[in-house]
Amino acid sequence: MSLVSIENLTVSFGGHEAVSDVSFTIDRGEGVAIVGESGSGKSVTARTLIGLTGDGACVAARRATFDGIDLTRLRERQWRGIRGSRIGFVMQDALVSLDPIRPVGREIDEALRVSTALGRAERDRRVIELLGRVGVPHPELRARQLPSQLSGGLRQRALIASAIAGDPELLIADEPTTALDVTVQAQILDLLDDLKNDGRALLVISHDLAVVSRVAERLLVVRQGRVVEAGDTRAVFAAPQHEYTRALLAAIPAEHARGTRLVPGAGSGWEPTLVGAVGAAPVPWASSGSVDGAATHVGEVGEVVARAEGVSKDFVGPDGVSRTVVDDVSFEVRAGETLGIVGESGSGKTTTGRIVVGLEAPTRGSVWIVGRRDDGEPVQHDWATASRADRRALRRDVQIIYQDPLSSFDPRYTVGRVLAEALTVSGRATRSTGVRVRSIELLEQVGLGAEHLARRPLTLSGGQRQRVAIARALATEPRLILLDEPVSALDVSVQAQVLDLLADVQGATGVAYLFISHDLGVISHVSDRVLVLKDGRVVEQGDIDDVFARPQHAYTQQLLAAIPRIEPAGASAGASAGAPAR
Amino acid sequence: MSLRAPGDRLAASTDTPADRGLVAFTSAAPTRAAGWLGRIPLVAAALFLAALAVAAAWPSLLAPFDPYAVDTTNALAAPGGAHPLGTDENGRDILSRLIYGARASLLLGFGAIAIAVVGGVVFGLAAGLGNRFLDGLIMRTMDVGLAFPELLLALVVISIVGGGTTNALLAIGLASIPSYARLVRAQTFAIRQAPYIEAARALGVRESHVVWRHVLPNAVKPVVILATIGIGTATVAGSALSFLGLGTAPPEPEWGSMLSSARNFLDLAWWYGAFPGLAITGLVISTTLIGRYLQQRSEGRGA
Amino acid sequence: MDVAKIGVRLAAGVGVAWGAATLTFLAVQITPGDPAYAIVGGPEANPSPEVIAQVRAEYGFDQPLLVQYVRYLGRLAVGDLGTSYRLQSPVTQVLGEQIGGTVQLAGVAALLAAVLAVVVAVFTARRGPVVRGGATSIELFLASSPSFWLGILLLSVFSYALHWLPSVGNADGRALVLPALTLALPIAAVLSQVLRSSLEEVLEQPFITTARARGLSDAAVRVRHGLRHSLIPLATMTGFVVGGLLGGTVIVESLFTRQGLGRTLLAAVNAKDMPVVLGVVLLSAVVYVVVNLVVDLLYPVLDPRLKTVTATEARETVTANEGTETTETEEVSA
Repeated sequence: MSLVSIENLTVSFGGHEAVSDVSFTIDRGEGVAIVGESGSGKSVTARTLIGLTGDGACVAARRATFDGIDLTRLRERQWRGIRGSRIGFVMQDALVSLDPIRPVGREIDEALRVSTALGRAERDRRVIELLGRVGVPHPELRARQLPSQLSGGLRQRALIASAIAGDPELLIADEPTTALDVTVQAQILDLLDDLKNDGRALLVISHDLAVVSRVAERLLVVRQGRVVEAGDTRAVFAAPQHEYTRALLAAIPAEHARGTRLVPGAGSGWEPTLVGAVGAAPVPWASSGSVDGAATHVGEVGEVVARAEGVSKDFVGPDGVSRTVVDDVSFEVRAGETLGIVGESGSGKTTTGRIVVGLEAPTRGSVWIVGRRDDGEPVQHDWATASRADRRALRRDVQIIYQDPLSSFDPRYTVGRVLAEALTVSGRATRSTGVRVRSIELLEQVGLGAEHLARRPLTLSGGQRQRVAIARALATEPRLILLDEPVSALDVSVQAQVLDLLADVQGATGVAYLFISHDLGVISHVSDRVLVLKDGRVVEQGDIDDVFARPQHAYTQQLLAAIPRIEPAGASAGASAGAPAR
Repeated sequence: MSLRAPGDRLAASTDTPADRGLVAFTSAAPTRAAGWLGRIPLVAAALFLAALAVAAAWPSLLAPFDPYAVDTTNALAAPGGAHPLGTDENGRDILSRLIYGARASLLLGFGAIAIAVVGGVVFGLAAGLGNRFLDGLIMRTMDVGLAFPELLLALVVISIVGGGTTNALLAIGLASIPSYARLVRAQTFAIRQAPYIEAARALGVRESHVVWRHVLPNAVKPVVILATIGIGTATVAGSALSFLGLGTAPPEPEWGSMLSSARNFLDLAWWYGAFPGLAITGLVISTTLIGRYLQQRSEGRGA
Repeated sequence: MDVAKIGVRLAAGVGVAWGAATLTFLAVQITPGDPAYAIVGGPEANPSPEVIAQVRAEYGFDQPLLVQYVRYLGRLAVGDLGTSYRLQSPVTQVLGEQIGGTVQLAGVAALLAAVLAVVVAVFTARRGPVVRGGATSIELFLASSPSFWLGILLLSVFSYALHWLPSVGNADGRALVLPALTLALPIAAVLSQVLRSSLEEVLEQPFITTARARGLSDAAVRVRHGLRHSLIPLATMTGFVVGGLLGGTVIVESLFTRQGLGRTLLAAVNAKDMPVVLGVVLLSAVVYVVVNLVVDLLYPVLDPRLKTVTATEARETVTANEGTETTETEEVSA
């Protein structure tokens, strides 16, 4: 008999069904994954297994058992006997899932106290053992530290340690690797796989198909609360049956070369439903000159628009010690091309970008921006030496798009006012009628329309907000746009649309992109050339195909090896770099 | 084990779980009764404030009696009949005195808060936008002001300039400036760090425009909303001064001074003490509810 | 928290106290009328010019302002708050006689308010609409009621209608009940509102769900995780509580005819007895500064994130702020 057996699970919140008729089983020692985008009901499903669906949830099922126990008949006290000691739960984002003002050791101790009858000294010993088990070095020291004092990877390990403290038969992990660097992500997946090999059943919740393929033998693809496809992981990836699964697989940028579209053009049947599913507008930008499914990037690489020469940046930390976060970085960006900057957190990629666009002054070195005077003549300025007026004029040549577009809009402003400000400040439109006409043009260029002028960014979806941010950047008719993790907060299908849009915009305007991302898949899809940063230094740069196909530096090789690829479970254990210490 | 194929028998999304033969296991009612029911207190608060505004502007329209008319034969009459809220020790109609007292009470509340907000915004912005020296000078001064409880600071002002409605208003307004100034400064600092300020700079917006168009309105807005709640607090402080005999002086009707006189008749006439206090409490509750509503709206919650 | 930080806080506290003293000095200077007249019993006493001149010389009013200011600070430094115009006795003595009743009242009220607020908030946070709605309505009413009216209501019910408790005086513990309640209830209501909203915010955090997922009971989650977090925003309310207690005693002591600093202050304000007025006000400012200093120093105990990391920990975990990114050491190479 299966360890977990769920039939026709339905969860609704105030009349809205978040999960509809979901059925699945989990066997002992088996890895099962639930995959879906935000709002698919995947987390709700998982939390129902421990009776913590949330306030106001109405949960029903034809059958819901765990090891023969009828979950539908449990009272709160009986649920407590299951939580922790029989089902361990790893919530997403360890930074907020561990009590920020308690040392991580006490969190694990609490789990032990609830699920075991051990004495204090025995528990203290177990805490250290558990931290060691999940691969935390120096467990005695780490146990006394707060979550905020640990790195992302160590935090995640500590959280997993607290979830397995009661030695549960089933471990549920909700987005266990989201927000982790790619090398750390690989280590956590190895750890989960290892815990599964101890005989535990594993249920992984993720939006990332590649992550899931590493640890799950079977998977469920869910969308809007319903299972659209289920089966053997290997079989599903080899031959996806449902159009949504195919769309998700198609939208993964890593699998597609530069210049190909991630969202096939209208008319291929499934596309409108996918777009509808994420609440974004249909794709009118197809009219802006791109050809369905064909290569849109014409590769018209032109003159240099920005040049960084030996740029370094030192920051003085709170302890008074100066640290070099950007160290002697040099590169050029040319019109019409995309220069990708890739690196893990703390590599200095964001600071490099901010220096290029003049939001931060370099400690050493200089950044030259080639702009155009009003008469069209090219003019070159160094941010550091340019006059105040020149700097302001340069601003319109260089724009920036943030990871979180919402916070980059004045909360009091409508979309129309946001665009009007950009247009009038840059002098690209004067007179109110001209501003309005141009604003609508810009919105249409990014796949929105005049009806969005009066909206406030707060009321738009994440994808729409990023489109408005792109429209605002385009308003000044820039020659270079800095994109700082522009799609990292978006679902994969929305991400695909935004990446396609960016490619279209570049094709139409010849703008240069400086594209910062931690996601090597995204970088490989969008970039012509790439810069690999580690600890503020350029360890490798060059043509994207060269670097990704023939990485020269050990760090680049390590990064590329750690990228989760779609592959069957089991094959990867221990194969990637930096397996956890046992 | 088998995974259920999707799509079959899923069309009916209107049927209840029970209709589908499912067993409900954890079930909870929706957390909060939303909708128009939740709006009743808010509407009541707005109506109460509107009525007070009318009473303050044209008291003779609403008051059934002359608030000064003494009728010793009818002293401390219980509520009912001609005097719905009873009479005081001089036989004056309490309802009429409450209505006429609205002007002094509201004047205290609004006037004091106006002084506090204007002073707070000026000092707070100067500190938040000025250089370090100006910031230090203003904020250390405000720190000193904050060290005195507002009522005590108001008492100091009154012992210098003397009592009376205007002086009480001035005293409370001045005493409240430091807390508003600190708030405005904190807001200004927070907003100067906000990504949208950097985004505006990246567009090439002039520094002066960044301050006037983005920093200032966003910094002042929450303070103005908080001031709505502050009106109630200031009214209470003003009435407290009157209650202590330092604000509006009898026979001028004012809620606080009415309560002060009522102290002597607590065992004889509960209504004398009850209604003026109820009026103040009603005012404070109303401004609090409306202020909270405005706060929620500006934060994008609520309607 | 290290010694340097404590030093900075102490210096700031002394600075505020000095500013408060300066402010009181200025207050005397801008008070209309010659303090010499007030000292000899006001204009009605009709003193001779010689007497006035003698008093001015005796109190140093004939000296330049700066000299008066320095002398004033010097006297304050040794605890001399001057002499009451009205009572003709040292202000410190007057305050010393009165402070007992006020400390008793404010202390009991503070304790009462804190206990009430914590109990009510912990029991009503994230509960059904009846419990939560009932509690919030009562709190809104109490927080909105002027304390002098609340006191009148309590007096009407418990003294005049039921005759359970005395209405005036400092006589015994029973006489303290109504004044302490009057002072405590509005403060408790505000604290409870703040505490509940922060508790509800905390109880929605993912780490609370994690704790529940470990099998922790609801009560344990509320007390062990929730309450500890909610005490942090509560600590920021110290200023409000101290101000409420000190301001409130003026009203409560007056209403219940209790001996204490509040009533002394009120009498002094009415008599324009500036040394006593400023003495009480200065004392309350010092109390405020000291209490805030203590709370400041307690913050790292409430929130260990504020503790400066020791050198070893800093080396173990490098978390330096690099623009928007956070640098982390990861055991990549391990």
